[in-house]
Amino acid sequence: MEQHSHITLPKGSIEKTTTTLNIGPTHPATHGVFQNIMEVDGERVVSTEQTVGYIHRAFEKLAERRPLYQITPITDRLNYCSSPINNMGWHITCERFLKIDLPKRVDYLRVIIMELSRISDHLICNSIVGVDTGAYTGFLYVMQYRELIYEIYEEVCGSRLTTNIGRIGGFERNFTNTAFTKLEKFLNEYPGVLREFEKLFTRNRIFMERTQGTGGISAERAMNYGFTGPNLRAAGVDYDVRVQQPYSSYQDFDFKVPVGTTGDNYDRFLVRNAEMWESISIIKQAYQKIQAFKGADAEIYHADVPEYYLPKKEDVYTKMEALIWHFKIIMGEIDLPKGQIYSAVEGGNGELGFYLISDGGRTPFRLHFRRPCFIYYQAFEELIKGGMLSDAVVTLSSLNLIAGELDA
Amino acid sequence: MALTNAYIQEKLVEKFNDQVFQFSTDSGILSFESAAENNLKVLQFLYEESSLGFTFLTDLCGVNYPDNQGAELVVVYHLHNFIENIRIRFSIAVPVAKPDVFTATKLFESANWMERETYDFFGINFIGHPNLKRILNVDEMDYFPLRKEFPLEDQTRIDKDDEMFGRG
Repeated sequence: MEQHSHITLPKGSIEKTTTTLNIGPTHPATHGVFQNIMEVDGERVVSTEQTVGYIHRAFEKLAERRPLYQITPITDRLNYCSSPINNMGWHITCERFLKIDLPKRVDYLRVIIMELSRISDHLICNSIVGVDTGAYTGFLYVMQYRELIYEIYEEVCGSRLTTNIGRIGGFERNFTNTAFTKLEKFLNEYPGVLREFEKLFTRNRIFMERTQGTGGISAERAMNYGFTGPNLRAAGVDYDVRVQQPYSSYQDFDFKVPVGTTGDNYDRFLVRNAEMWESISIIKQAYQKIQAFKGADAEIYHADVPEYYLPKKEDVYTKMEALIWHFKIIMGEIDLPKGQIYSAVEGGNGELGFYLISDGGRTPFRLHFRRPCFIYYQAFEELIKGGMLSDAVVTLSSLNLIAGELDA
Repeated sequence: MALTNAYIQEKLVEKFNDQVFQFSTDSGILSFESAAENNLKVLQFLYEESSLGFTFLTDLCGVNYPDNQGAELVVVYHLHNFIENIRIRFSIAVPVAKPDVFTATKLFESANWMERETYDFFGINFIGHPNLKRILNVDEMDYFPLRKEFPLEDQTRIDKDDEMFGRG
């Protein structure tokens, strides 16, 4: 009989004492398309190898042939749980590179959108942790409020998941009254829901026993592994791009940076919940600041940058100059300045960075995305080694891994 | 004393003399280069020198400049000092014929996958890397797709058969 060799035995061993277990590429525990090849001894994890790249779409190569505005839809598809943050991060990179100053009202509108998407990102992650520890109710409950957030996006930009929201220089249109009404509804109702969500989990005996002490990491190791965002803060390092390198006028807002101590699954959960409370407070402050604009100031929703911001459609049909700019922008005929820039924003799961190199052409010479979860997913083996297989599943979901961002 | 770009540059020149060069400041970030074989010495100095303390590797990526003879491939490191809140950019260049660079994985665990990604797309050989294989592309691939010798399709090309696209 022909010998099958799909299982490699360790050298010199007669019989393998551990079991090889594939989790993924499509598995309910991965919440995305990536694979884990685990060696388990009974229920203990001996080692694991993470395989990524199943939905790699060569974004960095694509970006080299696109004018700046065509790269925005690419960024949607990185962390698709919080697309608006990626879009805004890209616009902010372009604006910093092209030295465009934004009116304050635009900054505040952006802050509202970014904090809403941070909430939607965190609430998905935290409720999925709930699902993986056996509590489905919380997930379904908060999902209604993600829907409300998506309705606000829809009102602002017309789409829900891959938003392509905003333009270089501002927004494509002003917020409608319906958008503000929905925002008010969200601000009124969501705190109660979040409180109830916390009540379900935070002091829940089963939840605490499942998450405390599993998947922990020290601050030093977390930094060495390149952790950023809530995962790093859960380990006790108060690094937040919004505070360290403020963008979009975050310096005007009063908020705390919640930190944990042990960096385990429970602390990650608590940090995300606390961040949602801070986000609600930031949105409230931003909404107040926006309401303070009166008259013509209350109508501003973009900066005056004719080279990059499309003119109004009615002007395109009636005015020569607007028509010229419209064509130049659409055809991507605007030469960029030479130079390079690294610009970062605080994404849903960490520091989302854009490294843009321009050689003076019409498209980036090179664009690199610093994708937070690609970098910290390396630590997964260290987080779960020696633990139970069922804890590994919880760790996987509490890291907030998004396949689109892993693979770019 | 707050850490400034000028102080970092002074420290580096004091330690490495003319082994570090091309200092410039782009959007507030200090950039400099060194010879490829010195990359680990520079990274280690930046990491261990207590007054510098660049202990966080933010980003590592490759760039291909096909016109720079003998220095076609570039590896760019973005480092961050959290306490002083200052970033720097450090780059090294290697010829495409012999793209050998020492790995930074001994210093930063995070460099592991970022170097694998750089190898995957640019073919830079990181000497001493524990597991240097492709990460995003398929293992069978025999070229390095982000090099400039592989252009994307020209969007103005006219030799496409329009019938295939429901036109013409």
